[in-house]
Amino acid sequence: MAASAAAAAIEAPIPEGAPILEVQGVTLQYKTREHLITATYRVDFSVYPADRFVLLGPSGCGKSTLLKGVAGFMKPVEGEMRLKGRRIAAPGPDRVMVFQEFDQLLPWKTVRQNITFALRNGGRCSRESDADEIAMSYIRKVKLGGFENTYPHMLSGGMKQRVAIARGMAMEPDILLMDEPFASLDALTRRQMQEELLGLWEETRFTVLFVTHSIEEALLVGSRILVLSPHPGQVKAELNANQHSHANVGSAEFTALQTRIHDMLFADRVLEDETVRRGS
Amino acid sequence: MAVERPPLLERPEFERQSLGKAATTDVARPLSLAERLANMDPVRKLTVLLAAIVIWELYTRTAEVPALIFPTFVDTIAALWKGLFQYDLATQTWTSLKILFAGYAIGMAIGATLSFIAVSGRFGSDILSTLASMLNPLPAIALLPLALIWFGLGAKSLVFVLLHSIVWPVALNTHTGFMSVSEPLRMVGRNYGLRNVRYVAKVLIPAAFPSILAGLKLGWAFAWRTLIAAELVFGAASEGGGLGWFIFASRNELDIAGAFAGLLVVILIGFVVENVVFRKIEERTLVRWGMQS
Repeated sequence: MAASAAAAAIEAPIPEGAPILEVQGVTLQYKTREHLITATYRVDFSVYPADRFVLLGPSGCGKSTLLKGVAGFMKPVEGEMRLKGRRIAAPGPDRVMVFQEFDQLLPWKTVRQNITFALRNGGRCSRESDADEIAMSYIRKVKLGGFENTYPHMLSGGMKQRVAIARGMAMEPDILLMDEPFASLDALTRRQMQEELLGLWEETRFTVLFVTHSIEEALLVGSRILVLSPHPGQVKAELNANQHSHANVGSAEFTALQTRIHDMLFADRVLEDETVRRGS
Repeated sequence: MAVERPPLLERPEFERQSLGKAATTDVARPLSLAERLANMDPVRKLTVLLAAIVIWELYTRTAEVPALIFPTFVDTIAALWKGLFQYDLATQTWTSLKILFAGYAIGMAIGATLSFIAVSGRFGSDILSTLASMLNPLPAIALLPLALIWFGLGAKSLVFVLLHSIVWPVALNTHTGFMSVSEPLRMVGRNYGLRNVRYVAKVLIPAAFPSILAGLKLGWAFAWRTLIAAELVFGAASEGGGLGWFIFASRNELDIAGAFAGLLVVILIGFVVENVVFRKIEERTLVRWGMQS
């Protein structure tokens, strides 16, 4: 039942020029033991096919919560989210999430089994042999050929994230959701992974919604950036960043956009900090 | 007072054009035989065992301890041989193990059911934690007198007492394991469309396996001790008697070496289950998955 619904969703054609994901007036709240936190307040944005759409903001701007909302793990208290015109109600394999944490891989399954697990349970393959074939092709895509029978604990952090990305891409979801996938990696590996992600995107032009708190990463990875302000998360700006890549890091244009976003995000913060300091 | 601030020392830069072959040969030297033997768990454990046996034998011989108080190791082994092939030690052991397996299987099923109820919601979790905190501290053997009234003399009473010592550690550890499954893993499971029973079977149980196995080991240890103790109390009344009864009966006949042989069997079975059966399960699962070294 769920599998056929997912298959129908994959086949449903979307009209030319229509957004794949629409987020309209979404307010998300969650409870801690003592507080009801409003993570985002009436956020609007639209993601179009092949977008590398980045949600950028400092901690507390609700970007990760927003991603969880799109994934279906949280229900908005206000507004709605539509994927290909259908309201998002629950988690599903048409929106695959890649997390920051390394323990998103199932430790009791090998690299290949982690991917076939997703393919079989997510309803993309009913036969193990088909799943194996798809898994192997994605393992080679993320340059992990030869590691398919390795268990996750034997892999480095970067390799684990590659497996998670391969698993997400192998599902061929309508939209790939990435929650700071490179934040736990060292700087050199992070840069390499960003380049590889862009390479993979060039190949298949999948749609990705990418969360980061790094302005530089947003410019490098994103084609369009949604800048969110914190407490609660509200849309501050939506910018184009497709012209930037690793090739022009440090150029005047790159630095100018970096500074512009930085000022956007931190102009209010400095004042806030100062009032706190003066008060104490 | 002025702080002394050391100046930065300026020195020339350098970059090597080519790195020669490293002079050391010890990039990866194989360990010596002694080093490798010392690294093997069974070798170290056997050494301890041998030492204990040697001390036992030497002490009982040199101090001339009366055989009625503490027989020598050699006498104990002889009694073990006689018990296995002339008396009914083997069948008594089998009687005990049968009851243990029955109790263990039923206990695991009840423990698993309780932990599934506990994981279903806050109320379910309250049921388990309240029951367990009341009943877990109660020694299983203390229930035996009541069990004898309820179920009569025989295997049923023993199984009932065993259940008490298995259910709580299994249920509590399984529940703890379920609760400590990381958030990303849970979300991954739900992301790929797993719900309810399939979600528990394919994500929660394997992810919580270290805890579940710890519960099973604890349940086994409790159950084995409880069973032997219960059989000692049971005495002549039970049809089979079991290993505990064999120990009790040997002592009554002043066959102290026989009682020691019975104890040795209790120890051996406990040792094998702990160090062979559970160890193998760990090697095939937790060690391979990197959840335990």
